[in-house]
Amino acid sequence: MFENFSEMMLELFATSLWETVVMVGISGLVGALLGVPLGVFLRLTDRGGVLENGLVNKTVGWIVNAVRSTLFIILLVAIIPFTRLITGSSIGTAAAVVPLTLAAAPFVARLVEASLREVDAGLVEAAQAMGATTWQIVWKVLLPEALPGIVAGLTITFVSLTGYSAMAGAIGGGGLGDLGIRYGYQRFLPDVMLAVVVVLIFFVQAVQSLGDWAVRRLSHR
Amino acid sequence: MRADFFMIELRGISLTYQGAHGPFEALRGIDLHIPPGEVFGIIGRSGAGKSSLVRTINLLNRPTSGQVIVDGRDLTGLGDAELRAARRDIGMVFQHFNLLSSRTVFDNAALPLELAGMDRAAIRARVDPLLELVGLSALRDRYPAQISGGQKQRVGIARALASRPKVLLSDEATSALDPETTRSILDLLRQVNRELGLTVLLITHQMQVIKQVADRVAVIEAGRIVEQGRVLDVFTRPQQAITRSLIDEILPQALPASVLDHVRHLSGALQGQGKGRVGQLLRLSYSGAGAYQPILSRLIREHGLDLSLLHGQVDEIQDQTFGALAVYVSGEAAQLAAAIARLRAEDVLVEEVVTEG
Repeated sequence: MFENFSEMMLELFATSLWETVVMVGISGLVGALLGVPLGVFLRLTDRGGVLENGLVNKTVGWIVNAVRSTLFIILLVAIIPFTRLITGSSIGTAAAVVPLTLAAAPFVARLVEASLREVDAGLVEAAQAMGATTWQIVWKVLLPEALPGIVAGLTITFVSLTGYSAMAGAIGGGGLGDLGIRYGYQRFLPDVMLAVVVVLIFFVQAVQSLGDWAVRRLSHR
Repeated sequence: MRADFFMIELRGISLTYQGAHGPFEALRGIDLHIPPGEVFGIIGRSGAGKSSLVRTINLLNRPTSGQVIVDGRDLTGLGDAELRAARRDIGMVFQHFNLLSSRTVFDNAALPLELAGMDRAAIRARVDPLLELVGLSALRDRYPAQISGGQKQRVGIARALASRPKVLLSDEATSALDPETTRSILDLLRQVNRELGLTVLLITHQMQVIKQVADRVAVIEAGRIVEQGRVLDVFTRPQQAITRSLIDEILPQALPASVLDHVRHLSGALQGQGKGRVGQLLRLSYSGAGAYQPILSRLIREHGLDLSLLHGQVDEIQDQTFGALAVYVSGEAAQLAAAIARLRAEDVLVEEVVTEG
C-alpha cells in the first residue's frame, strides 16, 4: 500500500490541494461579492419587497435560473471566450476560476434571497416607520438579521464549489479532483484515489465546521 | 395651544386593497380628531380595519383617498425624504415587538437614532435615560432572545421614544402579553403620556386596555367608526351592538342562570303574598357624581321598597367610579314607578329586565 507515494507524488498532492483552495476560495469570494447584492436585489424587487417590481424581478430571476440550470461542465466550455477575455487564457487554474465564479454567483444569490425572506416583514415595517431609507433597511436590518443564514449559505456554496472544481481538470485547472481522475482512475493507482478522497473529506469537513462555528457566533435567536 | 388644534387629524380616510377576490375596502371614510396629550383608543374585532387604520397614520399604508394630518402637516402630500423625516416624529410599538434579533437591547433602542445619523456619544446620552425610564438599564447588553415578552415590549417602547416623537402609535402592543405584563406596559404608556406629554393612539381588541389607559375611545367596525366618545360615557351608555358586546367581555351584562332562578323564586313568593305588591328586576347603571349618592338606601327609606342586590360591578375608569347593578325591587306599584322616575331624574340609567320567557 502507498508504494506510489514518491516525493514527487507528495509534491503533486500539495500543488493540487493548493489549486483547489485557490479555485474554491477565489470563486467563492467573488461569487459572494456578486451573489449577495444579486440576492438582495431579488428580495427587494420581489412581491412585498420595498422596491417591488414584478417585471425586473422575473427577468433577473429567469437569468439566474438559466445560469443555474446550465450543467457546470457545459458552462465551463461555453464561456471560454469570456474566460479568455478576463484571464488572458482559456486553460489553467486561473481560467477555471471564471466559470466557477459564474456558477457560484447565482447559487449564492438564491441562498441569500431565501435567507432574506426569513427576516420578519415586521422588522422592515418597523424600520420604515422609523424613517429608514431603502439603503438603511438593507444594511441595518435585512443583512444583519439574515447574516447567520447567509453565512450558512456561503458554507454550502464553498462545499459545492469543491465538487464543481473537480471538473476544472477539463480545462487544465488542476486541483484534487483532477489529480484523482488522472492518477487514481486513468493510471489506475487506487491508493492515490483513496488519498484524494480522504484529503477531500477533511477539506470539506474543515470548511463546514468553520461555517457552523461562524453561524453559531453570529446567531442570537 | 389653540383649542381647535389636533395632533392627529384624519379626514375622509379610505383604503382599498386589491385582494385575490377583488378589491377589499378596509377603511371607508374615517374622520378622527385627536388633541395633543390625549390617549385615544381604537377598538374593534379582528378584521374591522383597526390595524389598517393605525398604519395609515405614518403612511405605512397609503390611504386610497383622504388626508392624514399629524402635528399640522399633511403627510399625504409629502415627498419621500420629507415623509421619512416626518415619521421620526411618530413612534410606533408593535404587537410582536419587531426587535432585531441581531442587536442588543441598547442597540435596538438606538436604531432610530442611528438611522437619523446621530453620533455614538449623543446616542448614548439619549438612550441610557430611556432604558432607565422603561426599567431595562440592567439588561442593556442582552439580546432579545434572552429577555421576556414584557421586557421586549419595553425595549419597543424605548425605541419608539428614542427620536423624541410627538405621537406614539401602539398597534396591539399588549395583545401578546399576559394580563399582569399587559397592566405594567399600559401603566408605562400612561406614564410616558403624562411625563412627556405624548399623544398616544392605541388600537386593541381588548376593552380592558381601553378601560385602563384611554381618555377617549372610537369603536371601529367594517372599516367605519361607529361610535366614539369619552371612555366613561361609552362604557356606561354604549349606543351600538358591537360596543355593547365588546364591553360585555369585561362587564358581563347577561345575568347568571342562578340569579335568574332566584328572581323567579322571589316573584313567585311575592305573588303568593298578594296585597298589591309588585316586583321588578332592574339594572341600574350610574357613573360620576351619581356614584356617590345613597341611591339604594333612599329607595328603601323613602319609597318603602324591599331590595335584593343580586349581581353587579362597581369599577373605576379614569378616576371616575361607575357601577352596574342588578337589583330585585319589590313594593307597592305606585311607589315602584315613582322610585324608577326618581332614579332616572338623578341620571341613573334604569333598565327593566324581563325575566320570564
